[in-house]
Formats: sequence, structure tokens, C-alpha cells
Amino acid sequence: MSPDGTLAAPARATALPRVVESRRRPFDWGSVVAHLLLLACVAVIAFPLYYAFVISTQTVQEVLARPPLLRPSGHLVENYLEAWNRSHMPRLLWNSAVVAVVSATGKIVMSLLSAFAIVYFNFRGKLLVFWMIFITLMLPVEVRIMSTYEVIGNLGWLNSYSGLTVPLMASATATFLFRQFYLTIPNELAEAAQLDGVGPMRFLWSFLLPLSWANFAALFVVLFIFGWNQYLWPLMITNTEAMRVVVIGLQDLIPRTGTHVPEWNVMMAAAIMALLPPVAVILFMQRWFVKGLIESEK
Amino acid sequence: MKRAVFRNRGLPYLLVLPQVAVTLVFFFWPAFESLRLSFFRTSPFGDRTFFVGLENFQKLLVSPDYYQSIVNSFIFALGVTALGVGAGLFVAALATQKIRGLTAYRTAVLWPYGIAPPIAGIIFLFIFHPSYGILPYWLSFVTAYEFNWLLKGGVAMALVIVATAWTHVGYNIAFFLAGLLAIPTSVLEAADVDGAGPIRRFQSIIFPLLSPITFYLVVVNLIFSFFGSFGVIHAVTQGGPGGATEIMVFKVYKDGFIGLNLGSSAAQSVILMIVVITLTALQFRFVEKKVTY
Repeated sequence: MSPDGTLAAPARATALPRVVESRRRPFDWGSVVAHLLLLACVAVIAFPLYYAFVISTQTVQEVLARPPLLRPSGHLVENYLEAWNRSHMPRLLWNSAVVAVVSATGKIVMSLLSAFAIVYFNFRGKLLVFWMIFITLMLPVEVRIMSTYEVIGNLGWLNSYSGLTVPLMASATATFLFRQFYLTIPNELAEAAQLDGVGPMRFLWSFLLPLSWANFAALFVVLFIFGWNQYLWPLMITNTEAMRVVVIGLQDLIPRTGTHVPEWNVMMAAAIMALLPPVAVILFMQRWFVKGLIESEK
Repeated sequence: MKRAVFRNRGLPYLLVLPQVAVTLVFFFWPAFESLRLSFFRTSPFGDRTFFVGLENFQKLLVSPDYYQSIVNSFIFALGVTALGVGAGLFVAALATQKIRGLTAYRTAVLWPYGIAPPIAGIIFLFIFHPSYGILPYWLSFVTAYEFNWLLKGGVAMALVIVATAWTHVGYNIAFFLAGLLAIPTSVLEAADVDGAGPIRRFQSIIFPLLSPITFYLVVVNLIFSFFGSFGVIHAVTQGGPGGATEIMVFKVYKDGFIGLNLGSSAAQSVILMIVVITLTALQFRFVEKKVTY
């Protein structure tokens, strides 16, 4: 800021008080309108979830009522119990939690180790390793679908937690994030540690890791949600009730047209149980989530 | 660039080993296999393969079904991107003055990001339901159009687009709000002093300053809707009615996994690889520009 700039503004304001006054009024109206429109946006975005919740508290008769009832009814507990029992919900939620937690943890560990090697060591083939990790960004499951299935089959990992989690653990974005972070740490830290006779692994454990907690939290939140919401991968490599994850298991409850009772209330209760963990993680770990979202996209 | 500090011959290899092993076994080998298989045809019993050169690709390129899936993918991706980025821009346009509570609004729109698109699809399946859904009910007062996604491809496509966009709208809005918060107040005040109205301010200041974010979000949304959209199609429409929502990633799965036409599925994988490489290259080309906010 130049001193001229800071001085000029108040000088002008005192010289032209009336003009400023008359400018104020339309300005305020504008922000009221903006608030109202933003609130309308929030309402539009929230409506589908609100409506799903409303349906999950109604009886089938209420669900089918015309005009549709937009207020919650009193059958929350029975619908949720029904959904819980009918769809093996505990097992589904457990599987999803395992996939989300294990794959996120695995990704973080693998990425921080390889980023550490890439930043703090010189070794033959470093560039090759770097590019290999980068290229995984361009090979989502969707483009190597049949052959990856075959690999899992050959390993005997169909219907197993290893099959569900290990192939998800390579992560270019997480590796880049840690690399970026290590590069911001002054070289002097590592040099000083080395002078004191601290070896590389000890340096990683006692110096780098304590500095990385914010990155862990941010990445974990984003990766947890990613893992929880996996679809194609678990669909391919699991085919038993016991190994299904919740996003897939939910489908058994969809009342397809032609089936007997359209129990959308039970369906919605199950849907809410399935979406609650990741949404709760976003809401309660908001700060980390936003950090992770923005940094992992860089 | 940082100077490498530690000296050790074996340790760095040990450190990258887990990641490299997973990358090789689950990414490179399968991708290579897909590439190889795309030049072969498998016998009906799956016991022998014949080299057929480019036949798999030729067959795809003359197949109306494949063209349909390309067109569907574009409609889907453009629809999701337009809705998501459009909503983000709309909010940015509303918030042209620095109103209070932008971070609170961010919280209030960001949470649907946690909802898996297939679950969002199931919720919208009910909202769009021809006999019980609230949307056809409301629309029945306005139009006589039969709003039945089971019969009409366009309605089914709208259903999956809206459901997918819903989960991503907040993400787009959050990025625009972050960009908006980073625009120096002095610039906006200067425009205000010069008598620029809200529309003019949006046109001449906010939009140009946000255009790197806009571009970035367009690419990210395209990647997401091309490759992250299998679940919503599989859970909700299964590609129907009549193939109207059969997008490319769904067709790869269907032809390979259900139809067991491995050669064709591999060829489709290779085509998808080309698409994802192009989009990722675009994303990284402009990654420096994005950092402006």
C-alpha cells in the first residue's frame, strides 16, 4: 500500500460526505437481496436431503399421499429399525468403514514415505518413480476395469478386505501434497539433524511427522469420503452379502416398479444411514475438509 | 528445488517400494493388459485369443451403440458441468459485494459433497418417481408432459444429471467463494467509487478474476462426470431406458463384465485412457493459473 493511497481515501470521504451517504442505500439493498438469494440457494440444495428425511419418518400410506406431505411424521424409529435389520446394515456400514479408514490410512502412509524418499534422497530412477506415480492420475479404475479384475482374481483377493483396500492405496495427489509440504520445510532442519547424528528414519519420525499433522487431518477427511463412496471397485470384486459396502448394498432396498409395497420410507431411512458418516465428517471436520479439498487439487 | 540431504543406497528404494508395487501391479500392468487385449479377440469360451489388429477399434467406430454412448457421455458431462459451474458462478455473481457470512454459506452448501452420487441418485429417483415423486406432481400443474423417466430417455438423463450435479454443486460454490474472498476489497471499492453497478462489477472485475477458477472447475467437473459417474448410472437407470443413459464408462463395464466381450471392452478402455490423458493434461496446464486466488 502506498501512503498516497491510504491518505487519499479518507480525504475524499470527508470532502464528499453527501455523495457517500447517498451511495450507501442501494449498496445495502444489494446485500439484502444477495443474502435472500443465497439463502434460497441453500434451501434448494438442502431440499432433497430434507425431503428424504421426511419420507424416512412416514408410513407407506403417508409416503403415497397426494398432495405429498412435506412435514416429518412420527415413524422414524420403526423405519430405521426396519432398514437396519432388513439390509444387514451393521455389516454394510462396517465394511464401508473398513474400506474408508484402511484405504485412507494406507494412502497417507505410502504417500508420505515415497514423498520423503523423493525429496530427501538422490537415487537412480527417482524421476521414473515420480512419473509413475503421476501417471496413476490418468488410469482410473474405469479405464483398466477388466484387467484389474483379473489381477485381483489371480491374487485370490476377490471378496476380501485386501482386494477392497490395497489397490486404492496408490495416490498421486497425496504424494504431491506431502512433497509440496516437505519442500516448504527449511533445509537447515535436516542438515542440523544430520549434524547431530540423526538418521533419516529418525528424522522422518521425530521431526517431519510432528509437523505434518495438519496435512494428515486434511488428507484423511478427503480420502475417507473418497473411500466410503467407492462404487465400481467394490461392485466388481465382491459378490457376497458379507463383503458388500453400504453404497452398493443399499440398492437391494430400492422398490423397483412392479414389486409389491413401495417402501420408500425404509429405503430413505437406509439411504440416510449410508450418507450420514461422510456428511458428518465434512460438517464436524469442516476446516480440515476445506484445506484438504483445496490442497489436494493443486 | 531442495537439495537432497540424506545419503543411503537402499533406503530410498525401500521407501518408495509400497507405492511403486501397488502402482505396477494394479495400475500399469492392467493398463498394459487392456492395451494388449484391445488388439485381440477372445473365443466364445474364453480359452483362446486371436490377434485381430485394429478390428476391435474399427467395429466400435462403426457401431451406432458406441456413438450413442459417446453422445450420452458428452450430454451427461456437459450437463453436470454446466449445472455445477453455473450455480457456482451464479452465487459468485450474487455475492459481488463482500456480504457477511460467506464462510457460513460455504458450510451450508458444501455438505452434499459427502454424498455418494449413487445415493443421491436413489433420493432423486424418488423425487422424480412417475407415480409418487414430488417433482412430477408439481409439474403436473404446469404441463401435461408425462414426466416418466422409465419411458422417456430425456427425463432419465435429467434425473442422473441433477442427482450428480447436486453432490458437486457445493464443491464448485466453495471454490468460487474462496476465489471471491481473495479478491482485494480495495479493487471492489474502487469500482464502487467509480460508479460501477453490480452487473458491471461482475462483468469487468469479478468474472475476469475468477476465470482461472472457472476454467479449472470446468476441467475438474468434466473429469469427474466422465469417470466418476459409473455408480449413479448403475444404481439408478442401468443405462436405460433404451440405452438413453448408457455412458462410456458404463458401456465398458457392461460389454466386458456382463457381455464378456473382452476385446471390445479393452478397446473402449484404451479410448477412455486417451480421453482422461487429454483432460488431465488440460488440468495441469492451467494449474499455475489457478493459484492466483
